[in-house]
This record gives sequence, structure tokens and C-alpha cells, in this order.
Amino acid sequence: MSSAPAHLPPAVLMQGVVKRFPGVQANDGVDLRVLKGEIHTLLGENGAGKTTLMKILAGFYQPDAGDIQINGRRVVLASPKEAFAQGIGMIHQHFQLVGNLTVSENIILGLPGPFRLDRAQLETRVQALAETYGFDIDVRARIWELSVGEQQRVEILRMLFRNVEVLIMDEPTAVLAPQEIERLFGIMRRLKEEDKSVIFITHKLEEVLEISDYITVLRRGKVMSTVRPDKLRQDRLVSTELARMMVGREVILEVGKQPQEARGELLRLVRLSVRGDRGEVAVKDMSFQLAAGEIFAVLGVAGNGQRELVEALAGLRPVQGGQAFLMGRPLAEDRAALAYVPEDRLHRGSIPAMTLAENMALTRRREYTAGPLLNHRRILDDTRRLIEAFHVMAPGPETLARQLSGGNLQKLILAREFARQPALLIAEQPTRGLDIGATEEVWQALLRQRRQGGVLLVSGDLKEVLSLADRVLVIFRGQAMDIIDLNRDQNLDRIGPLMAGLKIGT
Amino acid sequence: MRISLQKRSRQPWWFGSLVVLTGVLVALVFVGLLFMWVGVNPWQAYLEILRGAFGSADNFSEVLVRATPILLCGLAVGLAGRMLIWNIGAEGQLVLGAMAGSAVGLFASPHLPGILVLPAMLLAAFAGGGLWGLVPGLLKARLKVNEIITSLMLNYVAILWLEHLYFGPWRDPAGRGFPGTALFPKVACLPRFWGTRIHLGFFVALAAMVVIWFLLSRTRWGFEIRAVGAGPEAARYAGIPINRHIIWVMLISGGLAGLAGIGEAAGIHLRLQQGLAAGNGYVGIIAAWLARLHPFWIGVIALLLGALAVGGDQLQIVTQVPSAISLVLEGAILFCVLAAQVIKDYRLVLKRGPRP
Repeated sequence: MSSAPAHLPPAVLMQGVVKRFPGVQANDGVDLRVLKGEIHTLLGENGAGKTTLMKILAGFYQPDAGDIQINGRRVVLASPKEAFAQGIGMIHQHFQLVGNLTVSENIILGLPGPFRLDRAQLETRVQALAETYGFDIDVRARIWELSVGEQQRVEILRMLFRNVEVLIMDEPTAVLAPQEIERLFGIMRRLKEEDKSVIFITHKLEEVLEISDYITVLRRGKVMSTVRPDKLRQDRLVSTELARMMVGREVILEVGKQPQEARGELLRLVRLSVRGDRGEVAVKDMSFQLAAGEIFAVLGVAGNGQRELVEALAGLRPVQGGQAFLMGRPLAEDRAALAYVPEDRLHRGSIPAMTLAENMALTRRREYTAGPLLNHRRILDDTRRLIEAFHVMAPGPETLARQLSGGNLQKLILAREFARQPALLIAEQPTRGLDIGATEEVWQALLRQRRQGGVLLVSGDLKEVLSLADRVLVIFRGQAMDIIDLNRDQNLDRIGPLMAGLKIGT
Repeated sequence: MRISLQKRSRQPWWFGSLVVLTGVLVALVFVGLLFMWVGVNPWQAYLEILRGAFGSADNFSEVLVRATPILLCGLAVGLAGRMLIWNIGAEGQLVLGAMAGSAVGLFASPHLPGILVLPAMLLAAFAGGGLWGLVPGLLKARLKVNEIITSLMLNYVAILWLEHLYFGPWRDPAGRGFPGTALFPKVACLPRFWGTRIHLGFFVALAAMVVIWFLLSRTRWGFEIRAVGAGPEAARYAGIPINRHIIWVMLISGGLAGLAGIGEAAGIHLRLQQGLAAGNGYVGIIAAWLARLHPFWIGVIALLLGALAVGGDQLQIVTQVPSAISLVLEGAILFCVLAAQVIKDYRLVLKRGPRP
């Protein structure tokens, strides 16, 4: 048990919670018990019902059956507002921030207050709160200017501003680099010290073991078990054990990467410079070469120019200086041989309101065109085939993309970009928020691409990079720190300092 | 006591239609109360509207006449709406189309072979409306100027320009001061059918409806337009040339409204005169959104709105209630159906007790 006295009622008690969606039983009689001052982790595959359960607790969904008690009192949480009133706040996987407003404006959004907005006073209060928790954030910055990691801190700050007692975080670490995760855990431990409860959804097992007091494993809408990590910690096979509990089958975490000869230059960057949203230099004089037959990783803490670099290569952001060549020809002239799997799979990689077939045609529409016409039958057949080949869990090609879970959507996008048979595939945070099963499939797909061409992998997940990449470029503040050849150089201690901007004599 | 909205999770297939029909019913009840207030039996009033619109083949032909410009303007607004472009300027594009087509009909027709006059007029009308739509389109694509403002403002420019023409240089010298151009020569009038006022423009509108549907649902161009509307960021990612599409869509959108204009001028009034800009461009916005931007539904809605207008005229004749009541009814229906679409997706929950 945690530090709270045993006689106190649990902060959250959910009993027999049932939630159905058309065609899906998302929660099927779920029990959850979270004490005050406890960090409780929800584990499970994509689509296991973790997010649904938490959205019920945060007042976004109404359960079809079941009971919720907060501090021993039965409550009905009919809206997020009412959940807030009970001290429950949720940070979603997709942040709920208004891009054009400043940090402090976002924090008071939806709160009652006087008609006149006292900006100076507000900013002082937000700044003070931020400093209390050791957040380094400019309260006057506009959200769109911030990196994903910074935006997450704004979300946490927003919850703290509302005095939440139970903080729900849906995959908060998926976007963060190792240092940032440590910082987040620091915050979580502070919350715990103040007797607040944290419910934490994640797929990363090491994190679970490091931070959790209790772990609840969900599968297909049901609780498989509730365990304490301190017991599991002694077990050498902890990771496999938990992984098996989640997915319900043995998962091999080794990717089985075969050594492979690099086959000649694919992508070459010559002193490439790109500006960020605020006009600042986001990528500065970046040069590197990527060969066919290798996975080349760009590793760095979020917000150090990765996004701008990828957008420039994909043609979504103007290049400020320097040049990029794909197979010897200027990239700006012809991007046909380049495919890009974006980090934002919901709004950049796909169109939620369109069908899977239409999404499949999004980047491949030229292949399906005869004269001015689209060949719908071929699109449908192709989609059906790819859904099967990539194990996308979907009723059929006419399903709307918004109905897919994150992992399935990612597999669909990968299937689409693969089908274009690109020479170079850019994969941006390709396994962010995916469960182990889906992550493994994505990794295998990237290794297949390595056989056919090259991969530029942009990731903040050190483990992913070390498992997959042949070479790693560490970037810091838009500059290339160093390139490490993982096939030769096993001295990985350098990577951490490099990510933090420290260049130690090599 | 307070009200909150909750998203509905499950609903049977007929639920949506039922809610929308209920919305229409609520609007009818509301306007019925209005009838009672002005001392008219609502049953009789609605009966007269129905009789006026559908009472005879002749009456119904007028419904189709009224529906023609609404359909074309609805398609104009709807096509742009599919890629999230708000063309509020169909009214002005209609006027420009009428002007350009009329210029051909009035001044160029003697120099053209008879068989080419009508095609040339339609083409000119399409081009005139299209160019007027192109202005906000280019401004949006090149300079990111908000198309709602520019297209709306150009309506006033177009209407004033039209007035200048028929009050000034184009005024009929034999018209004894009547503000309008001379009647079109016979070759420049759109043919009418079956002894009614149904003119060639009606069939042009039907054809346009099918063409727009085909473009949107069967061609790559239409797919790209829909993709831009449904997911602008994904469309940019997929390399869809958004700005080029904005320009083409506004050209075609304006062209459709322009066809509505020449239909009214050369099919109904047979000259340019006051009353050409009768608000069809705005009614088109209503039609497009009630139809949720689907071409065939725009056709259905245009027919109903036409029926309402004709029925309103009949009502005025019989009961002396101003025919403007049909505009009130139109507004009430729009309001209630849009509200119903919210109710379709959300459940209203009444709650007792103080705010938390």
C-alpha cells in the first residue's frame, strides 16, 4: 500500500464500469482502486479500454453501468467540469490547447473569473506556480511556438492551477526524451508527496516499474490483474511477464536486426538551414549522408529542430539555406521517391472523417488515376489487401479512419507509405503511443524498408533508436552534435551528454 | 436547474431523419403561432402554401422556375464549401454572369450565327461569374485574404455596377425612362417549355448538379477537393496543390452562380432590370448547408425552398398575409434544422441542483 492511512477511503473507486460503443465493448465491468498519494499505472494494448475508462473518470463519457466513488462518496461525473469540481483532471494524448493563445491564457481557459482579464496578475500567478514545480516555461509564449514537451508541461500546469487531486495522464512519456521523462517523474513524485494521486497510462515497461505504486493491466475491456511492481522488480523476466499479460501472448522484444552492407548514397544534406515558426533558426548548417540499406536515426530532446528538419525534407517548410539531394538530385525538384510517416498521424497522416480507402488514396492517388477518374474499385481492393497484410484491426476499407485506435491507424499509414515503394522513408516518432505488439510490427516494417532502401528515423525514444538504427545523429538546438556508428561503436555513454548539448572530447 | 449537452453514443439508423423532421415540424408550429397572431388560421395558411406550390401543374412549374437559380447558387456555395471555402458572393457572381451574358445577347447577337448565340451567352455568363469569383479566390490563394469578406463585399460592387448599366449606358432608349435595358432579341432568349416559364436554365441546373456530383465523387480532382475540406493539414502533407484548387473552385463556383444569373435575365425577365439580384445567392447558402453540401440534396432542398416561395405568393393572394412570411418560414426551418442536427449528435440533459 502507499503512504496514506488505511482507514481513509480511496481517492478513486470505480466498480463494474461498462461502456459500449457501436460495435465495441470498450469497458466490460472494470474495477479500479486508487489511493491518495499513489501513482497508479494502467497498462494494456491499444484498444484495451484504458483511455475510455479514464475518459469516464474525467467526465467525458458516461458509463453504461457501474459506480464511481470519490473519497468514499458516490458521484455522477456528467461533464469534465463536474470531474474538475471533484478534483479530477485529465491530460489527453492529443493536447487540448488553443494554439493561438499564450500559455497563461490557456491555463485560465474555461475558468470562471472577473470580466476584465488582469493579464499581469495572471502571468505572475502562473509563473509562480511554474517555478514551484521547477517548470522552465515562458508564460507569454504562444502554444504553437512550443515543442510537444513544453506543451505537455503547460497541460500539467493547467491541471495544477485547478487544484486537481487526481491527475490522469494518457501516455505522457511517449513524446519525451529521457531527460524530460526524468523531469516528468520528478513532477509526479512531487504530486505524490502532496498526497495527490496520479493515474498514468503508458506502454513503456521500464517506466512503469520505476514510477508506479500499483499497476492495473487491462485487456479487451477487462481487468487482467492488479499488481505491485516491488514484487515484480526482483524478477529478472519482469518485462516479458508484463508484456505477456498485456498482449496475451509471448512478445519478443529483440527485433532481430541483421547486419547489412550500406549500398551507396541516398540522401545528402549540405549545410541545410531551416527556420522555425517564430522565425528563429531551428536547423543550422546540418550536413550528413544517408546510405541505402541503413536506418539513420536523428535523436534529440523534443524541440531541438527535429520537426523543422523533417518538415523541410518533406516539403512542408521552406529551406533557408543549404541543399538536400535525394539520389544525387536536388530534393526540391522531385520528392516522388520519398515517403513520410508523420508524428501527428491523426491530422497530418490521415483524415479522420474519411474512409480507410480514401485515406489509402491520399498519398497514392496518382497510382489510382485513369485520365481524370479515380478507380474506386482498385482502391478498395488494395486497401483490403493492405489491411490484411499489415494486421490493421478494422471491419473493412469503408470504415472511417477516426474509428481506428492509434496503433491501427499507424499501421495503416505505414502500409500506405510502404506501398509507394519509396527509396527513402522518413519515420517521425513512429511508435509514439503504440503498445508492444504494434511497436514490434512497426519496427519489423522499418527493417523491411531497410532492405529495400533507406530509413530516416526521428525519435526521442532511446531504446527504439538503439534497437533499430545503424547510425545515430544526435542533435541539440538545431545543430548536429555527432554521428555515432552503432554497428562499430558500442560506447553509448556519450549519447546522453550529447543530447544535453555537451560535447566531450572523443 | 441547468442544461448540459452529452454526446449520444448509440442511435438507430432512422434517428437522424426523425430529429430533422421534428425540427421542421417545430418550425411549422412556430410560424403557425405567427399566423394565429396575425389572425389567419394556420391550417388554412399551410394548405394555401401547399396548394400554391403543388395545386396544379402550372403552379408546380413555377416551383421549378424558382428552384432553378437556388439550385445553381446552392451548388456554387456547396462546391466551395466542400473545401472549406465560404463563398458568400454567389449573389454578386450571379449579377456578373447576367451582365456578361446579357452583353453578348444585347450587343453581339446580331453579329453571331443564330445557333451560336445561346451557347455564347451561357459561356459568357459562366466566365463573368467565374471571374467575379476568381477575385476572392486569387486573393485567398495568393495573399491569404479572408474570402468571406471579399466575396461578400463584391456583391455590393456587382449590384451597383448593374444599376449603373441599366440606369445609364445600357438603358433602353425607347423605354420612356424605365430603368432597364431593351428586351433581348428573340435569338437571345432562353427557350421555354410546355407553355410554362420553365426555361433552358432549369436543365442547365440539373446537368450542373450531376456534373458537380460526378466531379466530387468520381474524379481525382474532386477527391483532392474533399480531402482539403476534411483534413487541410493532411492534404498539405499529401502534396495536394491547395492554392491551385482554391482558384479553380472559386472560378467554377462563380461560374455556376453566373449561369443562374443569365437564366434569370434571359429566361425570365428577358432584359436586365431591377429585381435581378433577388437574394438567390443568399438562399443558395441556406440550400447548400441544409443539404450538408451534397449536390443531390441541394437539388431537393432547392425544390422545397422554391415551393415555399411560390406557396408564399399564393398565401398573400388568398389571405393578404405578406408573402415575406415565406422568408420567415425559411429562416425558422433553417434555424430549427440546424438546431436539430445538434440534438441528433448530442443529448440535452436537464439537471436539478446548484452548480458545482
